[in-house]
Amino acid sequence: MDILTCTDAHRDFQKRLRAFLAEAVVPHIDQWEAAHRIPHEIWERMGRNGFLCPCTDPAYGGLGGDFLYAVMVAEEMARINFTGLCAVLHSDIVVPYIESYGTEDQKRKYLPECVSGGIVTAIGMTEPDAGSDLAAMTTTAMETGDEIVLNGAKTFISNAVNCDLVVLAARDPAVENPHQALSLYLVEADTPGFKKGEPFEKMGWNSQDTGELFFSDCRIPAENRLGQPGQGFLMLMEKLQQERLLCALFGVFGAEFMLQWTTEHCKTAKAGGKPLTRSQAVQFALVEMATEVKLGRTFTEKLITDHMAGRNVVVETAMAKYWTTETAKRIALRCLDLYGESGMLESCPVARAWRDVRITSIFAGTNEIMKGIAAKFMGL
Amino acid sequence: MDFELTRSQKEIQKAAAEFARGEFDKELALELDRTGAFPAKIQKKAAELGFIGVHFDEAVDGGGLGLLDAVLTAEAFCRQDSGIGVALMLAGHGAECLLRAGSSDLRRRWLSKVALGECRCAGAFSETGVGPAMEGMETTAVSAGDEWVLRGIKSNVFEIDSSGFFVVLCRTDSEGASETGLSLILVEADRKGLSRESAGAKLGMRMLSVGDLRMSDVRVPYDHRVGKEGKGAAQFREYRQELSVLLAGMSLGIAQGAFDRALVHTKSRVQFGRKIAAFEITRCKLADMAVRVQSARWLTYQAAWGFDRGRLSPIEAAMARTCAADAAVAVADEALQLMGGYGYMTEYEVEHFYRDAKVLALFGGGSEKNDVADAVIGRLK
Repeated sequence: MDILTCTDAHRDFQKRLRAFLAEAVVPHIDQWEAAHRIPHEIWERMGRNGFLCPCTDPAYGGLGGDFLYAVMVAEEMARINFTGLCAVLHSDIVVPYIESYGTEDQKRKYLPECVSGGIVTAIGMTEPDAGSDLAAMTTTAMETGDEIVLNGAKTFISNAVNCDLVVLAARDPAVENPHQALSLYLVEADTPGFKKGEPFEKMGWNSQDTGELFFSDCRIPAENRLGQPGQGFLMLMEKLQQERLLCALFGVFGAEFMLQWTTEHCKTAKAGGKPLTRSQAVQFALVEMATEVKLGRTFTEKLITDHMAGRNVVVETAMAKYWTTETAKRIALRCLDLYGESGMLESCPVARAWRDVRITSIFAGTNEIMKGIAAKFMGL
Repeated sequence: MDFELTRSQKEIQKAAAEFARGEFDKELALELDRTGAFPAKIQKKAAELGFIGVHFDEAVDGGGLGLLDAVLTAEAFCRQDSGIGVALMLAGHGAECLLRAGSSDLRRRWLSKVALGECRCAGAFSETGVGPAMEGMETTAVSAGDEWVLRGIKSNVFEIDSSGFFVVLCRTDSEGASETGLSLILVEADRKGLSRESAGAKLGMRMLSVGDLRMSDVRVPYDHRVGKEGKGAAQFREYRQELSVLLAGMSLGIAQGAFDRALVHTKSRVQFGRKIAAFEITRCKLADMAVRVQSARWLTYQAAWGFDRGRLSPIEAAMARTCAADAAVAVADEALQLMGGYGYMTEYEVEHFYRDAKVLALFGGGSEKNDVADAVIGRLK
């Protein structure tokens, strides 16, 4: 890390995480990818070893670390070429909603188990007819005295099968303006009226349980609303900067490792008796990709610094999310070209990485939405 | 200049599309992509109706038609489903070597089986570490009495698990340069000393297996040589031109199929109160995609048409192949993006069109750009 300053504590955390993943995760990756699931138990092992919610307040069992810990988790997951255990989604995207907007009671009730891995979280925003257009959400929440009744369906939800707690976005049917109608709710997985669908089959993220959530007269206690009524949209917008910054990091780290593996391959594989790296076209391709990787990393590290200083970098983050994920996809395709026919095989590390990186241009707001946000804030 | 397909070409185009629509069940296609099984039942039906070996002679139970007819079939098949289409078209990989250069005996014995869907075959041309110039090819065939004895390992051989025979490019003259020292020899899969090693799952084109063909003192009759001794390199190059045009037809179909699906999706899905197709950016993207598909189509048709008129043109074949392969990847990629989260889900098909497009582009190692460069630059003084 160049712009960012790491302490010994950071480096120690990273070293321990790397060793843990090598021992507890890497040997199972192929099996989990084939089974299209990861066991809930691996979340608990991550938690027990202190690798979940590193940024959560120690008062609730967290490490109380800064955002660089989240960055390191993302980097180590990219290093092992595995998206199935999306720890940052739980630790640094969903759990922060509870920590930022939860009441003291909610925090005491849920956070310690989020840290220990006893509770795996998911966030329910997307619906079948409300993807890019979040305001078109139709899931309803009727607040009636001491109860809230939920009805509707969510889709493309990560951790849908393994989740124990969902942060759910739903609208008050009495409020017309969609931006004022949304509230967030905490829904426990065993609540009657809440059902999980089967995980989807996808191009990549094969062992990540992405699926549907169904709510049919699902009753939760009134104290499970997260934050003030009608503030849902604002809370989502506030947290999307960190979510999108993490997505940009998926792009940066994915591209870095793909390029690293491909460079090694080109140095060792031979064509006509000479290493591939003797070819001018191969050299230029590697140089061009390395340049793009460095541009992406420099830009993103600057944004991490700004984000950690509490600055509003929504526009730059939208730009970074779009550019780094698009670049990672392009780099994946070019790396496969350099592998040539061996790139046709799943045993080529870039094969899985390409399948996995393709969703990053779509999730957490498509790259078209990112450009729309940037255009709006640039006054265009 | 005449840019019209003939009546018979339009008929086969229509018939192939109807067959694919009727037989390529979507759920079956997804299932075969998942399991990596070959679409054997569909292939049998396709063979019965004459869609396999469209460009083979009638004497060997082929359709007696041209390469353009085969391209139109490939396009229609791959448009309906990239996985099944490619599997049907490449289950006879290497057969054209026999078709163009094999003895009448070999052709009669083996090509009919391919055309009737009774036997799959594969060309065994590549070796690890051997570049497009074919220098350093280590598989050898030594003549011993009335037999050839083959030894060596060929890599990235398609349909390795179930091909009935292989067309093996090997060195028959240990002294000679690759231009004069290589020959093609037909080797049945059940010969003693032959073993096959699967390379495992593939990123795309999953209905065809791939792996290494290992031969240790495999003996085949002397008359299994395909074409003249020492002409293997030249025959392989000619074959590759024909194959390039066929592959271009497959890529073209994949591009069109991905485009079709994106078009249907964007014309029906509403976000922000409008059909996605009404957004200016979507219009630009669809327009760019359509241009790419159509450019690939004309380069491909032109190369096939020239081939059928006896004009073997390496540059046209290579240009068609490279243009169509790139178009398929780019169009499928954009189709997936336009379909958003749905595009990434297996159920919505374009993700496997995208994977199949990319693997099809990687197949052959991308030597076509070299061929184009060779042809446009010519000899340097």
